[in-house]
Amino acid sequence: MELRRTPFFPFHVEAGARLIDFGGWEMPVQYAGIVEEHRAVRRSVGLFDVSHMGEVRVRGPRALDAVRHLVTNDVDIVDGQAQYTVMCRPDGGIVDDLIVYRIAADDVLICVNAANRDKDFAWMAEHNPFPEGATFTDEGDAWAQVAIQGRNAVPTLQKLTDLDLSTVAFYHHAPATVAGVEGCIVARTGYTGEDGFEVFLPPDGAAAIWPAILEAGAPFDIRPVGLGARDTLRLEARMVLYGNDIDDTTTPLEAGLGWVVKLAKPDFIGKDALVRQRAEGVKRRLACLVVERRIPRPGHPILHEGEVVGRVTSGTRSPWLEKNIALGYVPRPLARPGTRLAVDVRGRVADAVVVKPPFYKRDY
Amino acid sequence: MSVPTDLRYTDTHEWVRIEDGVATCGITAHAQEQLGDVVYVDLPEVGATLALGEEMGEIESVKAVSSLYAPLSGEVVEVNEALEDAPETVNKDPYGAGWLLRIRLSDASEVDKLLDAAAYEAHAAADAH
Repeated sequence: MELRRTPFFPFHVEAGARLIDFGGWEMPVQYAGIVEEHRAVRRSVGLFDVSHMGEVRVRGPRALDAVRHLVTNDVDIVDGQAQYTVMCRPDGGIVDDLIVYRIAADDVLICVNAANRDKDFAWMAEHNPFPEGATFTDEGDAWAQVAIQGRNAVPTLQKLTDLDLSTVAFYHHAPATVAGVEGCIVARTGYTGEDGFEVFLPPDGAAAIWPAILEAGAPFDIRPVGLGARDTLRLEARMVLYGNDIDDTTTPLEAGLGWVVKLAKPDFIGKDALVRQRAEGVKRRLACLVVERRIPRPGHPILHEGEVVGRVTSGTRSPWLEKNIALGYVPRPLARPGTRLAVDVRGRVADAVVVKPPFYKRDY
Repeated sequence: MSVPTDLRYTDTHEWVRIEDGVATCGITAHAQEQLGDVVYVDLPEVGATLALGEEMGEIESVKAVSSLYAPLSGEVVEVNEALEDAPETVNKDPYGAGWLLRIRLSDASEVDKLLDAAAYEAHAAADAH
């Protein structure tokens, strides 16, 4: 199958990026190198092409009610606010994790994972409780998206827009013109554990915005950052990745996402199963592990006193902490910080300890 | 990418430099480039006996792990311990300070089975696509 390309693709080629197939998209995995790109974001600022992410638009007088029925969080947000949530199946398994942006009372934008775009849109359309009052549209092709992440994201982006970024709080958003590109949405959200923005833009603005951001960020030594560092950054911040850490066989309560599940909400898909699981108590939890000597990778068995008790779902060498870190599901009593476990790394057993999440927290 | 002409190569992207019956081994510039930032190198113990083609260790980048294969048979006489603290040396200087280990050859005729620079360059070029 032909790989899809984002409108920023020519810039990636020109920069000499290494390209990979990511969910059917030909995307940059690294430019200069994962470690260097990762550290640039932690130290200062980085620019990401995240145009592969999907967007679904929900419009109509019952748009908010429809979204509230589909997702676990309360979507109790005002115009210009955003909320992280998951969308569950009736059995509590996760269809996807997403960010809901309230544009207006009758207008909602939902950002979904690239690989889940078709599945999510079909699910939403099929389970729309108010077809008369809420219309779902796949806007994945209508938006390109960049992320500007790091402590110098504000001074970088502020040069390119009249929107006063100090008025855009964390998990809020506003319409703006950026680098002359009209019709953008500037959102203070991200997937790195840093302050920063995700900017939705019309795809024909891509050619203008990419070089403008790199130029505005030049005094801060901004770097283009690929999907490799995006993954290590999110893992240090203990942000889950759909397909690795969560999927339709895991529930948000098991994944440590109980904070996005509002069981007091009148009704939503998956509520009964999650109420039951909360009452019975979860049997396993997604734990944060620090592993000695060896680098844990997805699928590696997690051991307790010699017995396999779970599997690594994400694991890497942390470029910032310089430790080997992992996420994995373990029986609930073993998920407590301080618990001594081990990971079987291709036949060699490496000591591991459960630590309090996240691995990395920003200090500003 | 230039491939040093004074070295011999395996099709699994190791290089060797033979001096007085001892082979200094590493991975090629092409291999480290493909692997990305090297963050961990697992090497055999000094004194271990290796057979040609046997898996002798692992090299890991942030994203991937890859096996190392013995380019020649013999006894491990030295490993590059500096890589424990600075595995990125493999990226920075793959044919120099980023060497991996030294093997005292048990069968010098095996050297003839290795690729020369031209043959390796062709192999690596094919591998990149």
